[in-house]
Amino acid sequence: MQELTLNPRIVEIRQNILKKNDLLARELRKRFQKAGVYVVNLVSSPGAGKTTLLTEVLTRLGKRYRVAALVGDLATENDADRLRQSGAKVRQITTGTVCHLEAEMIARTLQDWDLEKIDFLFIENVGNLVCPASYDLGENQRVVLFSVTEGEDKPVKYPTIVNSADAAVITKIDLAEAAGFQRERFYEALNQVRPGIRIHEVSVRTGEGVDEWISRLEADKSAFHMSSSV
Amino acid sequence: MHELSIAHSLAELAVEAAEFSGIKQVKALYLKLGVLSGVVKEALEFSFDVVVQGTSLEGAKLIIEDVPVTVFCPSCQETRILPEPFPMRCPVCGTKTGQVLAGREMELYALEGGEENARADLESSNC
Repeated sequence: MQELTLNPRIVEIRQNILKKNDLLARELRKRFQKAGVYVVNLVSSPGAGKTTLLTEVLTRLGKRYRVAALVGDLATENDADRLRQSGAKVRQITTGTVCHLEAEMIARTLQDWDLEKIDFLFIENVGNLVCPASYDLGENQRVVLFSVTEGEDKPVKYPTIVNSADAAVITKIDLAEAAGFQRERFYEALNQVRPGIRIHEVSVRTGEGVDEWISRLEADKSAFHMSSSV
Repeated sequence: MHELSIAHSLAELAVEAAEFSGIKQVKALYLKLGVLSGVVKEALEFSFDVVVQGTSLEGAKLIIEDVPVTVFCPSCQETRILPEPFPMRCPVCGTKTGQVLAGREMELYALEGGEENARADLESSNC
């Protein structure tokens, strides 16, 4: 049934502007699920420590699982080179001038990969707390990272990305005291924009919290595959 | 500046929709943007004008409706519209809630054609 509009020149469309991206993301999600891959999308501002943390996680997790990573940057292969030190399968996505990753870039980059041979896929998004929020990459969870040196009100300054995230990781926690990090204020800021968000504190330098976060990801993976196989 | 990518997607979608609806020249696009969509209107308008050059959308206006955040309050068991997107708590009882029901959308809602299309519409409806 067609709805009446006052102006005969107006035609209703009602389509999501990012329909193409979202459809592609949905297809990716299905492929990942079928192959048993659990996908984590990491977002943060530049310098929060995504690559350092991810290298550590790939190294530790890689002892028990088949791990892989895609990393997005405007230019250079530097981060992929660093991540490869973990022994994981890694591919760089250079976006040129684009400030975020899109589902199409993920699909294109994974084209010749055998997903059946991967348990965990990490996507390290372009360092940017604004644009990646709008793009679904077919991930199972989106994790936003903040370092203790970024200021306690950062989540409130970039609310959209925090609101779209499933979990938050606070990095460089070994520097908390030196940086005068006010934990309660930071937690409050996160909860203002994403009430109930899961928070992990980690330090790659001391190792604090890293295994706990990994255990949580493993639990998330098995819970997901259990629920999706029912 | 992801608005340029968004403008590209919007233009692609609108050109297809216009063709499908028989609109030769689009006069206006009606959008619904949630306040949590992360889109800066001015940046989108600027990008849009750039990407539509030479298409049936050239010169078209963007008419944007802001969609406020609607949440479900677990205490009141009611849906509530937030006066401001943050903090995310029920404006009536103050309970924090992350159950967002609306406010993230980025939707092309309608297209408006020019005068010639109106005449074509009327003629075809007379048949």
